[in-house]
Amino acid sequence: MSAGGYMHRPNRPLMVYAIGYLAFLYMPILLLPLFSFNDAIYIAFPLKAFTTQWYQQMFANDAMHAALMNSVQVGVSASVLATILGIFGAKAVTRFRIKGVKPVLGVVMLPLVIPPIIMGVALLILLSQMGIPLSLITVTVGHVLICVPFSIVTLMASFEGFDKSMEEAAADLGDNAWWIFWRVTFPMVFPGILASLLLCFTISFDEFIMAFFLAGTDPTLPIFIYGQLRFPQKLPGVLALGTCIVAVTFTVVFLAQWLRGRGPTAPKTEGN
Amino acid sequence: MSSDDSFLNIEQVTKRFGAVVAVDRVNIAIRTGEFFSLLGPSGCGKTTLLRMLAGFETPDEGEVYIDGVPMSGVSPHVRPTNMVFQSYAIFPHLNVERNVAYGLRKEKLSKQEEAKRVDEALEMVKLGGYGKRKSNELSGGQRQRIALARALIRRPKVLLLDEPLGALDKKLRTDMQIELRQLQQSLGITFVFVTHDQEEAMTLSDRIAVMAQGKALQVASPKDIYNRPTSMTVADFIGQMNFIEASVGQVADGVAALEAKGLGRMKAHINGTAVTTGAHMIAALRPEKLSLTDSEPNGGGNVVKGRIEAAAYLGDRSHFHVRVDGLDQPLAVAAPDLPFVGDGAKQEGRPVWLTWADDSVILLDKDTR
Repeated sequence: MSAGGYMHRPNRPLMVYAIGYLAFLYMPILLLPLFSFNDAIYIAFPLKAFTTQWYQQMFANDAMHAALMNSVQVGVSASVLATILGIFGAKAVTRFRIKGVKPVLGVVMLPLVIPPIIMGVALLILLSQMGIPLSLITVTVGHVLICVPFSIVTLMASFEGFDKSMEEAAADLGDNAWWIFWRVTFPMVFPGILASLLLCFTISFDEFIMAFFLAGTDPTLPIFIYGQLRFPQKLPGVLALGTCIVAVTFTVVFLAQWLRGRGPTAPKTEGN
Repeated sequence: MSSDDSFLNIEQVTKRFGAVVAVDRVNIAIRTGEFFSLLGPSGCGKTTLLRMLAGFETPDEGEVYIDGVPMSGVSPHVRPTNMVFQSYAIFPHLNVERNVAYGLRKEKLSKQEEAKRVDEALEMVKLGGYGKRKSNELSGGQRQRIALARALIRRPKVLLLDEPLGALDKKLRTDMQIELRQLQQSLGITFVFVTHDQEEAMTLSDRIAVMAQGKALQVASPKDIYNRPTSMTVADFIGQMNFIEASVGQVADGVAALEAKGLGRMKAHINGTAVTTGAHMIAALRPEKLSLTDSEPNGGGNVVKGRIEAAAYLGDRSHFHVRVDGLDQPLAVAAPDLPFVGDGAKQEGRPVWLTWADDSVILLDKDTR
């Protein structure tokens, strides 16, 4: 198709719409760094002087530090566990003939539609009945529960995306199930595994409701931030933290896109 | 276990998928160093049978023996077989060299030995120097060769090939057929080759098993499959065939007298077929066994008059449909270059005479198709 073709003709109304949409999406986020460098406790225009004191305050805030590390710990554990379970699930669903696989899959997917507040309350009752004390571990368990469906969906696409005869060929060439997984399946679904890890980490990192019910004395970051909102003088510090998180998120997303572009690409099937 | 020189024995093997019987009590004995083809239309069970040899499917009944060892319970990764997949299944995350060397893991070779084996395998399929290529930079023909090298590097006792030439264009396919045959001859490995292309099976094979609806209908050399088919299905699947209903008269000295519909009285060699006087059978005639002339031939023998219904001039030969009174279908005739065909003159309606030899008639039982 030529550059001046139908699909490439500039469309001004659509462009205006697109710019407006992006502005609506990202302007509020851009306010975070703006006010985080503003030398005033109150979040309001006009801006006062430039300062980095909120960042200094943030780095000095031990409680915030602890909450951040709690969230990272829960996020990493939950995403790794959910992804491992997701690999098993996705492989089972896509590779084996299992009777009644659809209802089972439906049950696994249920947390997608059950409100987290219901799940949180249910888990809290269950855990207290069993006499298990609330801790970061119980938060992790809750997060695994809501992450597994996302992990399975992501990985099922990866497993379905490659020719089953690859694994048969590996078996034919002398590998048992363990070696087939490491030498063929894992490298082939690796982009999917990475995507699942990132997705699950993100879900866990900003999950509030279940963490609110299931965390003991160690708050995760969302709970900590919620607590800080009661003290106006702490708010700029929260903005500084928010800015850091946004920066890290952008870096991770760009990194993920870059990795995807470098991953093993599907072969061209036809042509000589 | 069966005959002495057989190496791969398929005995009473049955495989069902739900209510569908994919492979139905198949018995085949394949010899050492034989190029053996499983030939049949899609859905006839040939690929399922091959996958049972590789170990990817388990027979519901029966047993596969390789070199006398029963294969049930033997996993694909320890069978003395290797397979070339229809899709080739080249690993996209590995380059050519790593693909070909994939099956050498357990041999624990040194770097040099492994490189030597890979080079040998690549030379064998005429892709020397391609080792460092990425697998997504290969053409279809090259992928097919890599799949072959990757399977052969393990020095299997049996090489299984699942329609390996199906995805290639005609010219390349013909070249690969010749190469494949030469490779098999020089290696002396037993090849089991699945195809739906009868010409390909005829070109390559020492023997062919013609399959339909899960059954192995006939196992024989290409020549016997063509000239002495044992059923209408086989006769119809391999090449073209005219089927004429006939009742059997006297049988004497291996020759049966027939009363054939539309063709009248004729004789046929029975060639060991069970033939009884009074039976209703099918007289089968290959199109090229019928000679066509535009004037009445003198002398006796089998002769019938007809009219040309359609003619196609192909240069070295011509194809005709000849309408004969009393026959429902026109007879297909393949004749060499005739003086009156191909110069633009109208052929339709031209009266012609067909003659054939007694021993070119094949007697078949009516299939219950």
